[in-house]
Order: sequence, then C-alpha cells, then structure tokens
Amino acid sequence: MDAIKDFFLPPAKSTLAEQTDALFWFVHGSSLILTIGLIAVIVYFVYKYRRKSEDEVTPLITHNNALEVTWSVIPLVLVLIVFGWGYQVFMNQTVVPDDAYEVNVTAQKWIWQFQYENGAQSTGKLHVPADRPVKLIMSSKDVIHSFFVPDYRLKQDVVPGRYTEMWFNAPEPGESIIFCTEYCGDGHSDMLGEVIVHEEEEFENWLAENAGGGSKPEDLAPEEWGEQLAQEWACTTCHSTDGSQMTGPTWQGKFGSEQNFEDGSTVTVDENYLRESILEPNAKIVEGYPAVMNTYQGQLNDEQINAIIEYIKTLK
Amino acid sequence: MDTAESSSTSKKIQVQRYKPDDNPEKHYLNEETGLWSWLTTVDHKKIGIMFLGAITFFFFVGGIMALLVRTELWTPAKTFIEANTYNQLFTLHGAIMIFLFLVPSVPAALGNFILPLQLGAKDVAFPRLNLLSFYLYLTGAGIAIFSILNGGIDTGWTFYTPYSSTTGGAVTTMVFGVFVIGFSSILTGVNFITTIHKMRAPGLTWDKLPLFCWGLYATSIIQILATPVLAITLALVGMERILGIGIFDPAMGGDPVLFQHFFWFYSHPAVYIMIVPGFGVVSEIITTFSRKHIFGYWAIALSSLAIAFIGFLVWGHHMFVSGQASLASMVFSFLTFLVGIPTGIKMFNWTATLYKGSIDLKSPLLYIFGFFFLFLVGGLTGIVLGSIALDVHLHDTYYVVAHFHFVMVGGMVMAFLAGLHYWWPKITGRMYNETMAKIACGIIFVGFNVTFLPQFVMGSQGMPRRYFNYIEQFQPFHQVSTIGSFILGLGFLMVFYYLVKSLFGGQKATANPWGSRAMEWQINTRPPLHNFHHIPVIINGPYDYHKPMEEFQLGLAESPTDGHGQESDLEVTSDGKEINAE
Repeated sequence: MDAIKDFFLPPAKSTLAEQTDALFWFVHGSSLILTIGLIAVIVYFVYKYRRKSEDEVTPLITHNNALEVTWSVIPLVLVLIVFGWGYQVFMNQTVVPDDAYEVNVTAQKWIWQFQYENGAQSTGKLHVPADRPVKLIMSSKDVIHSFFVPDYRLKQDVVPGRYTEMWFNAPEPGESIIFCTEYCGDGHSDMLGEVIVHEEEEFENWLAENAGGGSKPEDLAPEEWGEQLAQEWACTTCHSTDGSQMTGPTWQGKFGSEQNFEDGSTVTVDENYLRESILEPNAKIVEGYPAVMNTYQGQLNDEQINAIIEYIKTLK
Repeated sequence: MDTAESSSTSKKIQVQRYKPDDNPEKHYLNEETGLWSWLTTVDHKKIGIMFLGAITFFFFVGGIMALLVRTELWTPAKTFIEANTYNQLFTLHGAIMIFLFLVPSVPAALGNFILPLQLGAKDVAFPRLNLLSFYLYLTGAGIAIFSILNGGIDTGWTFYTPYSSTTGGAVTTMVFGVFVIGFSSILTGVNFITTIHKMRAPGLTWDKLPLFCWGLYATSIIQILATPVLAITLALVGMERILGIGIFDPAMGGDPVLFQHFFWFYSHPAVYIMIVPGFGVVSEIITTFSRKHIFGYWAIALSSLAIAFIGFLVWGHHMFVSGQASLASMVFSFLTFLVGIPTGIKMFNWTATLYKGSIDLKSPLLYIFGFFFLFLVGGLTGIVLGSIALDVHLHDTYYVVAHFHFVMVGGMVMAFLAGLHYWWPKITGRMYNETMAKIACGIIFVGFNVTFLPQFVMGSQGMPRRYFNYIEQFQPFHQVSTIGSFILGLGFLMVFYYLVKSLFGGQKATANPWGSRAMEWQINTRPPLHNFHHIPVIINGPYDYHKPMEEFQLGLAESPTDGHGQESDLEVTSDGKEINAE
C-alpha cells in the first residue's frame, strides 16, 4: 500500500495533507470500481450480443424509468458525498487558526521573498517553526503567480494589487519544495523555492540572526556575500555566471566590456551602469534580450548592491 | 412500389418509397465543378468538406507543436529549444487546437454535412451565412498565423491578465484573430438552430429528431450565448493593450481576477461546445452498429440540454485557488458535480442500448469504445478536480493537463474520428481499408494512454504545467509521455493515410453500407446536389430498427413548380403523428 501511495502522492508533511489524501483515495477508488464495472458490462455485451447474422432483428426497448432513476440517484449521492467531504477539508484549509505565525510573501518574476515580524528577510527559502500554524500573507509585484507546496497539498494564487492568504502546520522539521504554478513567463519553471521547517528553538535563533535583514555577515568578504545574494535573490535564474545563454545577459566577463543596447547606443560596463541596471532595469535594454527584469529599488540596500557588483567583477 | 399510410383523423395521404441509388451518375461533387464553384458554393456539403480540410490542416499543425513541446520535455533542462520558444509553442498548440480544431470540428465539418440530410432539408436555413462562417474562420485563422509570424504569443491559450496585458509579442493581433473566429462559431450556431426549428421534413417531430441533431442544437445554444462574452473579453484585453484603459491590469487600476471570470464564463461552456456534438455522434453510431433502438432517447436528448444550461454556471471551478470567495467556490463546486450527472446518464444509456443488440464491431464503433473508456477516465478525473480540497492540490498541475486531454482528445477527437469513419462513405462515396482503420484505432488508443496516464501520476506528485525546466524526479514520467505522444502521432498519420488513399481507388460505397435507419443513409451515395429528389416524409424514428427498411425511404414526389419541397402545402399536426394534406 505504501508503495502505491508513494508512487502517486508526494510525502504528506502538513497536518491537513492526510485529510486531502483520504479524499483523494476515496474518489479514485470509487472511480476505479465504476470504470471497471462499466467497461466489463460493455465488453460482455459486445461479446454476448455480437452480430451473428445480417438478418438479426433486435427487440424494441425504448426506456426504463426505474433504471434511469437508479443510475441518476446513485451517482448523485456519491458526488454529493465527494462535494461535502471536499468542502469540509477545504474549510479546514481555509480557516486560519488564531495563533498562527505570520509571514509576508512577495512574489515577482521570478523569485519568492519572505518578510518576518522582526524585519528579517529571506529570498527563495521560507523559514518556519515546526508544529505551529503558519499564515502566509501574499501579494505579487507584477503578474499572477501561485504558491504551491505539494508536500502540504496546498496552493494559492498570488495576485498583484491584493492580498491572498494560506496557512499550514508542518509538524516535523524538514524541507519541502515550492513551485510557482501560475504561468508567469520565461522564468516560470525556475521560480522554485523551499520551505525549511525548523525546530522552534532553531527557528528563533535563525530569526534573531537575521533581524533587521540586509546587513553583511561578518565572516564574509564582499564578493562572497555578493555571490550569496545573487543566489538568494535569484539573479542567477536569468543571468548565468559561466557564459551560458539564459533569459538575461550572462555576467561572465561583463564588467569592463562594451554593452550594446536596443536603441543603438553602447556603454562600457562599470559600477554605475550595473547599479542602474539593478535599480532601473528598463533604462537601458541590452540588445537581443527582452525587457522583463523588475526593479530592485527598495529591496536591495546599497551595501547589498555593492556586494553584488563586487561579485560580478570577479566573474572574468 | 411500396406504400405506407399514416393513420389520420384528417385526410390521408399516400407516400411512395424512394430507394436510394448506389453511385449515381450525378452527385454533388460533379454537378458543379471547378475551383470557383467551391469558393462560392452555398452547398452545406461542400462547405462542410472545406471545413474538414481546414480543421485537418490545423489539427496537424497543432499536433506538430505538441510533439515539439513533448520532445523538449525529454530532459529536465533545455533539450533543443529556448524557454520562450517553448512557451510560444504550448500557447499556440492550445490556441490552435481549441479555436481552430476542436470548436469547429464536429459542428462545422461533420454537422454541416450531415445535419440538413438528417432533417430532410435541401440545405441549412442560411446557406450564404454558412459560407460567410467559413470565410470568417479562414480570416481569423489567417490573422492568427500572421500574429505567430509577427512576434508570436507566449501567454498560454488562456491569455491571463496582467501577464497578457504586459508581455511583448503579437497578443493583440492574436486576440483579434480569435475574436473573428468566434463570429464564425456564432454564425454556425444561429444557422443550426434556425435549421433545426424550421427546416425539418414533414413528419420529423421533435421526438423523432436524431440525437446528433439534439447534440448540435444544445451546442448551438452555447455557441450563441457564450461566444459573445469571449469576444467582449478579448476586445477588452485589446483595449487595455492599445489604449491603456485599466480593466484587468492592477497597475492601471484593473482587476486581474475579473478577467478570469469573463474568460471562463466562455471557456467552460466552450468545453461543452467541443464535447456535446461528440455525444451526438456516439448516439448515432451505437444504434447503427448494434441495430438497436436507442435506450432512453429523451434522457439523452434532454441531458444534452441540461449540460448546456448547467455548463454556464460552473465556470468558477477553474478559480478555486484564484482568491475568489470561499462561498463562491462552494457554490461552483456543487454545481460542477450536478453537471456530471447528465453526463453519467448518457454513458449508462449508451451502455444499455447495447443490451440485446446485434453488435457489429466495425471501426466507427471501435472508435466509440475508445471514446467510452477515455471519456470515462476524463469525466471521473473531472469529479476529482471538482472537489475543492483536491483541486487545491491538483490545480495547474499535469493532472489537469491529463484530465482535459482525456476529455478533449480521448473524448472529442475519438468521437470526431468515429463520426468521420462512420460518415466517410456518405461524404466521399468510398470505403476505407477497414483493417487499417482498426489497427490505427488501436495505435491511437495505446499511444494516447501511454502519453497521458503518466501525467496523472506526475500531476498528483506536484509537477506544475507550463514548465520548461522541471526537477529530475519527474523525468521518467515525462519520457514515457513523450514516447506515447509519438505513437499517438503515428496513429493519426495512419488515419490520414488510409482515408486519403481511399479517395483514390477505394472500394465504392453503397448508399447505406451500415444498414442504418437514419435519414442521411436513405439517399444516394454520393448525395445529389440538393440532397433529395423528393420530399422526404418521416413516419418512423431514426432508431426504429425493429421496423423494415422500406418504411424509412418514404417521400412525396416534388411538385414541379416548387423547388423547395418543405414549403409546399404539407403540414404536420400538433401531435406529430399525422400528415395532413390540405
């Protein structure tokens, strides 16, 4: 049984996942029985009543009200069970417990960002405490995205111009993948993230370490921090560091090179150009690339931008 | 000469038997010839054939795109095309298959050819409008092709805002193309409804109307009521892009979820535009090849109408995770389950029709059985998705992709192919190679399942749709699916091959090769230019297989002064059984 479960469904890592799974198996199980039953009847009829001669005359059977009622009412009862059950589980998924720990989620092409109560921030990785309800308050900066954690059986669209909510409770520490499931352009399939569930104490420590957010860890050189930031802020979703072709221009050998733009102008890549490209990406559009990058104004502070520029400089 | 008399309280009339000719000298293809006669024809049969040619072309275009998409998914990262190219390909695959193939497939191609024949009419009610409908389709298709060449679109066939209001490419022209095609669909709907109401032969009362006509009738209602909403929605997207009026884009004060409501208000009923005519085809073929009266005529006929009406009230089930109110989700979920019931009723009635029949497993029936299994799986997984809690997990994953391909390809394309094989002798006057047809049906069935069954598993595991890259865990499923898609493609190519081959030197078809009682089989093969040389008179229903063939080929000689038989002095009384001559 477990092998079948693992084949069809991801591991159940939230308190509500089991409820969804029970319904999943109920509907599929009864559907399977119905399918096999109906196909068996058809196969039997096709064999039993196969044409034996060209002159066969069939009896006139036009309808049977009792049968019609039977095969309308039984499926109706079944689907009403599925409806009620599905709605009940949905209500459990929707109604947020009062004591939920709140995290703000911001989606944009093509990163997930998380803001915590004490000013801590993380990108791509959602840190949460184990065995405690967590409520996500989500909005998008550009187009519609959708926050999906298969292990939790939960999904919610993240819409620009409004907040949507979801909640979950992951009882055990561990990691689960986050997918974006609303098509959002070239980087859609790279808009992945991870939920990292910590033990309560470990989570408090992480939170305290990152309080305020955005300052350089003491033990890192600027370019190392820049590399880390480029990962966290998902710059590398679109910009390769090894010269390979992606949605945006590669960073390799970029610093000091000549950059050609759509409008025909050129510039030598320096600190000012890089800073402008991060804060006002659409000011100069590199020739041959789509104008799809978002501004990082108000998201990356000066110290972080400097670190990223230092990192780009190292990519010869 | 056989005669039959209608028992009547009023004046009795005598009808005469008109036996159809096998392969008459003159028929609709050779009475008027030349390219110009085709381009300007108002003959529903020729327009149907032109639609058939056009949709076949677009089916293969859309199919090639599907194969490119599947090939790209062979590896988790880039296989051979860029992300943007991939996004354009799946967008066009969806848009072409839906707007240029599925929506017009059965109604505009097969329906155009068969509907007037089944009604005993000389043509549809508005023959010129019918031709206009074809040209609108071509124009829309042309605009769509222009937009593909002129920047392409990468929005997905759903055009969700604000992505579609902000992305580059030729979204505006593409949207305009779909807008134009929509009018083609509306005109076909108007034409069919009028034809079914006004052009039925004497004696063809509503309770004798073939179920294919009922299916087209229900479809036409949806086409007329739903398509304008799509047109308005797409016009609004165009206005937003061109004029910067904020309707859907929150950056300009619009509401992106509003777009989804508008879009699905059309596009969910559109699913029924695609599948309900297929239901009609199933009823015709099941009865013909089991030589048996349909079981539950009214249950099947009315369930089509029920689907058409309830189908308008379920659009919100596409939006369970969009942020719409929980209460709205509950209501939409409930109504979604209700629309499943009439569909189930049909399946049970068709099965019951086989009971004590005389079943001949010819290729059209084989395709129908393919439809049965695939549509059943598609329908039942629809129940899964209709349940809100499960949809929260499965929405926008490959589970949904597999579900709608089971319904649309497994259901609709199988029904379309069944209908094509069934009516092919009447349309072309030729028989195709039956053995090859059965083998191809098997290949398509196997290829289809190999392609789409793994997608249910991937989807349940969480694989999102419209992904260019994916995590490695899903690779085996994707590879099996890709292999299946090539088997499926091979099956379709094979169908194309033997059908085209039959045109050149296929065995000549007789007027009624299947021994059907339906009216389209009681005329010559190939049909005359104006369908009937006499005024057909209907006394028995199209599924009265317990009655001898002589009683189905009745009619009155046409009065020489009046070209349109139906408009002569015959009239059907209210109870529908008597035929009066005044």
